[in-house]
Amino acid sequence: MKLLNCPLNGPRNIAEFSYGGELHTMPNPTMCDSREWAEYVFFDRNEAGVVTEWWMHNASAYWFLAERNTITDEVVRTFPASEMFTERVDSINADKA
Amino acid sequence: MPFGLVKFGLRKAYPARHQFTPANTKLKKRYDVVIIGAGGHGTSIAYNLAKYHGVTNVAVLDKGYIGGGNTARNTAVIRSNYLTEESVAFYRESLNLYRNLSNELGFNVMTENRGQLTLAHNDAAIRNFRWRAEVNQHLGIRSELVDLQTIQEIAADLNLSEEVRYPIIGGLWHADGATARHDAVAWGFAKGACERGVEIHQLTEAQDIEVRDGKVIAIRTNRGRIECGCAVQAVAGSSSTVAMQANIRLPIHTFPLQAMVTQPYKPSLFPHISSPQLHVYTHQTSRGEFVIGGGSDPYPLYNTRATLEQKESLASAIVELFPHLAQAKVLRQWAGITDMTPDYSPIMGLSPVRNYFLDAGWGTWGFKATPICGKSMAELIATGHVPEIIRPFELERFYRFRQVNEAGATAASH
Repeated sequence: MKLLNCPLNGPRNIAEFSYGGELHTMPNPTMCDSREWAEYVFFDRNEAGVVTEWWMHNASAYWFLAERNTITDEVVRTFPASEMFTERVDSINADKA
Repeated sequence: MPFGLVKFGLRKAYPARHQFTPANTKLKKRYDVVIIGAGGHGTSIAYNLAKYHGVTNVAVLDKGYIGGGNTARNTAVIRSNYLTEESVAFYRESLNLYRNLSNELGFNVMTENRGQLTLAHNDAAIRNFRWRAEVNQHLGIRSELVDLQTIQEIAADLNLSEEVRYPIIGGLWHADGATARHDAVAWGFAKGACERGVEIHQLTEAQDIEVRDGKVIAIRTNRGRIECGCAVQAVAGSSSTVAMQANIRLPIHTFPLQAMVTQPYKPSLFPHISSPQLHVYTHQTSRGEFVIGGGSDPYPLYNTRATLEQKESLASAIVELFPHLAQAKVLRQWAGITDMTPDYSPIMGLSPVRNYFLDAGWGTWGFKATPICGKSMAELIATGHVPEIIRPFELERFYRFRQVNEAGATAASH
């Protein structure tokens, strides 16, 4: 059993979590062109190495961030999203993120 | 007996000619075409270039050995019962080529026309199967919805009891479904390509792709730099990292897919059986082993390690379908690396870099496409025109939001 250290719930079985994709900046959907939006939706670096990514603890619906090595499957650290975001990012304030 | 050996040793036919380019062959300074990856796809492109287009100044590079990557790690299933017209047309052609592949190559690839049965455990699956059967039949593929009685005739050992978590209620029978020996496919194409002058350089890793004025000009390898007229990448499992050498970002996420085989049994199951709901599929090889595969891992990774969770999920699902396998011992297990695209369809054709071609995003469906992909990519490289059969699969489709959605028909993934 592989453990993931949830910033809210502590170490739990990784099967209790959902992977939520790489962390990347959302372009402003009202300003960007469709190519830029397609890049944001579909394309990723998909890097072999340490990647910052979103994870969710399913039972508590808690989203957080993890730095994980995609070659060794080693989790370097997990941290709450508040370390990187001070307010909600949506179409209105996307540029500020 | 020893005399026979001595006589053979003294004959002119000994030592036999190398089937492939010998290991110490020097790299030339320049090739018209450099193919990165000597798996089924890479060697198939080389074979088609040499045989049908007269392009023989070709080098196929591989950081490992011929067919040693994900060509050796797939579960060798061939089928064409997809959902969209574009996919059905493409995979149908591949299946037709597989039927005659041993003759074409003069090399036995052991194609076995088993038929494939996909199981439905709920009404939504039945609706989806009915839809697929209609599309398939319209496009000339043998695919039909079948009831429990027919399922029992197809696979007598399948557990049709209602006393299980997800009882089987129907199926999609695809009489054209088949398997082939995956190693032999790569070897056959490689041999045919080498006979016609192609060089296959093993243990030669592409480390950097040189692009000048938006055009590929050379590949840097661990054995030196080689100039190229054009280049193509056919590196399932490393598509993103190789494309990144040419500064191309791809819509791919890379996941492991774990599989295993049981100890050998007497022949009891001929068709390939797949259950999208239980995330498991199996067939019995000609050696008697049950090959068991399932969905990709739940999160991305460039690693072929095993996890107990995935093995447990495969085992519990297969025991529900074939209870007698509860006693079976697992003989070996492995994982392949799958390049998953958002629409579960491949990426073939032009790239943003001129003269650099993509053969990527093969997720869990690459083996079955080997012959047609090689044929179409060779045509593209030789003529510069994108063949109609692969046009829907260009990278550009994602910018136009024109995905070819096969998520539902790709039974064995999440």
